[in-house]
Amino acid sequence: MSAVTSPARQASSGLSARTINRIVIYGLLALFAIFYLMPLFVMLVTSFKTMDEIQNGNMLALPHAPTFAPWIKAWSEVCSGLTCVGMKGYFWNSIKMVVPAVLISTLLGALNGYVLTKWRFRGHTLVFAMMLFACFIPFQSVLLPMATILGSLGRFGATLQNATGFNFGLGNSTVNLVFVHVVYGLGFTTLFFRNYYEAFPTELIKAAQVDGASFFQIFRRIMLPNSLPIIVVTVIYQFTNIWNDFLFASAYAGSGDVMPMTVALNNVVNTSTGVVEYNVNMAAAMIAALPTLIVYVVAGRYFVRGLMAGAVKG
Amino acid sequence: MSTVAETQIKLTPEHDARPGASVRSRLQDLLPKIVLAPSFAATIVFVYGFILWTIYLSFTNSKTFPSYAITGPRAYQRLWRWTFESDPPSSWYTSITNMGIFGFLYIAICLALGLFVAILLDQKIRGEGVLRPIYLYPMALSFIVTGVAWKWFLDPGLGLEQTLHQWGWTSFHFDWIKNKDFVIYTVVIAGVWQASGFIMAMFLAGLRGIDGEIMKAAQIDGASTFQLYRRIVIPLLRPVFLSAFIVLAHLAIKSYDLVVALTSGGPGGSAWLPSNFMYEFTFKRNEMAVGSASAVIMLMTITAIIVPYLYSELREKSR
Repeated sequence: MSAVTSPARQASSGLSARTINRIVIYGLLALFAIFYLMPLFVMLVTSFKTMDEIQNGNMLALPHAPTFAPWIKAWSEVCSGLTCVGMKGYFWNSIKMVVPAVLISTLLGALNGYVLTKWRFRGHTLVFAMMLFACFIPFQSVLLPMATILGSLGRFGATLQNATGFNFGLGNSTVNLVFVHVVYGLGFTTLFFRNYYEAFPTELIKAAQVDGASFFQIFRRIMLPNSLPIIVVTVIYQFTNIWNDFLFASAYAGSGDVMPMTVALNNVVNTSTGVVEYNVNMAAAMIAALPTLIVYVVAGRYFVRGLMAGAVKG
Repeated sequence: MSTVAETQIKLTPEHDARPGASVRSRLQDLLPKIVLAPSFAATIVFVYGFILWTIYLSFTNSKTFPSYAITGPRAYQRLWRWTFESDPPSSWYTSITNMGIFGFLYIAICLALGLFVAILLDQKIRGEGVLRPIYLYPMALSFIVTGVAWKWFLDPGLGLEQTLHQWGWTSFHFDWIKNKDFVIYTVVIAGVWQASGFIMAMFLAGLRGIDGEIMKAAQIDGASTFQLYRRIVIPLLRPVFLSAFIVLAHLAIKSYDLVVALTSGGPGGSAWLPSNFMYEFTFKRNEMAVGSASAVIMLMTITAIIVPYLYSELREKSR
């Protein structure tokens, strides 16, 4: 705001008003920073405290005698319902689900974006619009049919298991969730790559074509090597979304040892047998939050770009 | 924009001389469509087909298991009746009133806060690079983590209330999270905390895109800072307002996890949103038809917001 004050006024009452202005601005910004940091801070300090200190101490105080015990307990012992095996199994469930889902949906998105920009056909806008709209539907409107289909596939898988001794992944919760996340993530990954390839010079592709390069050769040799930024954006976006998903996870892998991290965390926090160990709960929440937080810290710029592109303005 | 497909057509006659090559070149022509087909087919079946399936189910009498005999719009009639059942409130009445309260406050506060912080950050601030990520990181967290953190923070016996008591403000009382009339506002608080930083980033990008010359001209004309923002900057940010509104409205209608993690539905389901209503009725209360009908209503609400927006966006781009 300082820039706006006219020079004349600055000369007379100037400097102090300007200083006050700056102090107010920085003060407000600091207050907002505290607002955003507070829950994370409380979660973090609580996870290093003993239960005794939590009950008798101040929520905002730093731990007197920091202890890793809650983290260890959260990782390997904490109870979700009646099974007390810690979060580690659920953590790996999430990893096993996220990695293939992200890779497949990103690759398909890249191919779709390539076709929709460089190999256009009649009705390409309609195809894209239909895929794009799929990003925005409330998943409640497909939740039940998908549950029915996954249920029958599971039964079919069991039959196959009996007949051949192998179920080909049918009925496996992780495979189901990978499938679901790929299908409902396609809209976004296609959107990202389409908007990125739109700006990619078509002349280059024409030239390669005249030289006899095939569809896949062009994709592999020309498009992919030039797609690194958008690949990073898409991978981060998909990783965050799929890791953080709760609705599909709770509907299709909502109990037992197949739960992904988010469902397990919710169960752990709501398990009411014995004394509620808040420090362990907070440590479990931190473990669930860490992967996406680390990605955010390492590649925040790309994360924001993905969110912005998700807001359609690409 | 000229496309490769056009060139392709011009090239084909040369290949046509050899029959073997013709098959191959025709395959080359079809290849892009073959590559796109699985994704498009998946979208048609698993999005649009499933939506039709859900609509179909909403007109049946399905309870615990799907039943496929059409019995008319009975589920919708029940929802319609429940819409006006305010005393004692029906679950549906609670869900849609909560949606109204949550949707309005969440969108309005996120927009106001986001714009305000973005304007503050745009005043040539030292340390912007440190502050911006701090405002934005909640967006990277899962709603479940956000819910767990705020549940602890707002707990009367452990969190904010107890802390202020310890600091000597013993009359401070804040039990919204356990109060059926106020629990939805705690969802607003946590929701705003999570999304407002992202809205700030959208506004900041918008502010950075404004031509400095316009600002300078207005300053020379003697506009005060307040006037400058009210008359010139904010009107120029209209497209950002629209995008931010769409993002928030769509997030608000889809909100489900936050209510579960933060409030477990609230006392007597008092924090339910339509998404929670759908889940509970479909999977827990064995009222599949009613659950499906509520999902259809959610879908129609989002469609009414998104379709006009996507239409104008895509038309603008193809121009």
